[in-house]
Amino acid sequence: MAAKVLTITSGKGGVGKTTIAANLGVALAMQGQRVVVIDADVGLRNLDVMMGLENRIVYDLVDVIEGRCRLRQATVRDKRFSELFLLPAAQTRDKSAVQPDDMVRICDELREQHDYILVDSPAGIEQGFRYAIAPADEIVIVTNPEVPAVRDADRVIGLIEAEEKGPARLIVNRIKTEMVQRGEMLAIADVVELLAIDLIGIVPEDGNILVAANRGQPVAFSNDSSLAGQAFHNIANRLMGEDVPFLTLREKGVFERLFGFMRSEGD
Amino acid sequence: MQILERLLGRRYKSSSGKVAKERLLLVLAHDRANIPPGLLDTLKDEIITVISRHVAIDAEDVQVTFSQDAQESRLVADIPLAIGRGRRKR
Repeated sequence: MAAKVLTITSGKGGVGKTTIAANLGVALAMQGQRVVVIDADVGLRNLDVMMGLENRIVYDLVDVIEGRCRLRQATVRDKRFSELFLLPAAQTRDKSAVQPDDMVRICDELREQHDYILVDSPAGIEQGFRYAIAPADEIVIVTNPEVPAVRDADRVIGLIEAEEKGPARLIVNRIKTEMVQRGEMLAIADVVELLAIDLIGIVPEDGNILVAANRGQPVAFSNDSSLAGQAFHNIANRLMGEDVPFLTLREKGVFERLFGFMRSEGD
Repeated sequence: MQILERLLGRRYKSSSGKVAKERLLLVLAHDRANIPPGLLDTLKDEIITVISRHVAIDAEDVQVTFSQDAQESRLVADIPLAIGRGRRKR
């Protein structure tokens, strides 16, 4: 069975692409999927540390492209899941070392032995973004409920449509529930309405994500899942075609409970 | 009453979440149409020049705005005539 290539991109940097790539990789692997995550941020490698695999890298993406090693030699197997792999970015090169065709070729080679190939795109709309979306069967846009992040997401959505790679789906990351309730943050519904694409996930701001990153152990690993961990598992399930209701990110309150209850009944 | 007003006011009128949405609506419309806000001023000045050649207008109150919804984008020029304004002003 051929894998599905899913590119995670955002336009703006720092919205959580790498965190999401790492956690979706883990969540999909926990569902028994055979997954490769590719760090496409050449020159600013980070997916390796997010996943706690930084000490096991020998070769990287650019080594594969330039023929210094075979693809299999460069992919690092995760120590916790035998079917989760990382293809790391080169750290001492820049984005000009990779062409869109290279990514297509590498993903095609990986397709046969995997179910999901997740490409963690660099920020921006230049070369790195171009080669990251080239192999994509599906694109996920990550944004935060903030003006600059939403604006950049909109720009990227436009570019993806122009490349006929759409329609992309949306993850709204780092939602501060308490601020949304006070009206001091864009609501998820507002973001979805503004960007006019389908929502595939909402992830609350969660201190556990930082703790997890500190340890190199994505939150999705733990089963006593934090809210963010749950959110990642929900997204993974939606990617696999399941109809999972969105988390109700409200605390207490009769109205909220009723609303959440009605919503999950409705879906 | 006051409490209600304050609540409503804070929540719906000036809460920063609401402001963010309003600003984004405008920014995205401009970005999507590739019409930077400064262009509207240029258009306004030129429209005033052209129209004034033929009709007396109230140049101060001319407005050129850009709007977009799901169906269409449009430029709207609102050009009050000097004569209409004068009469109504008694």
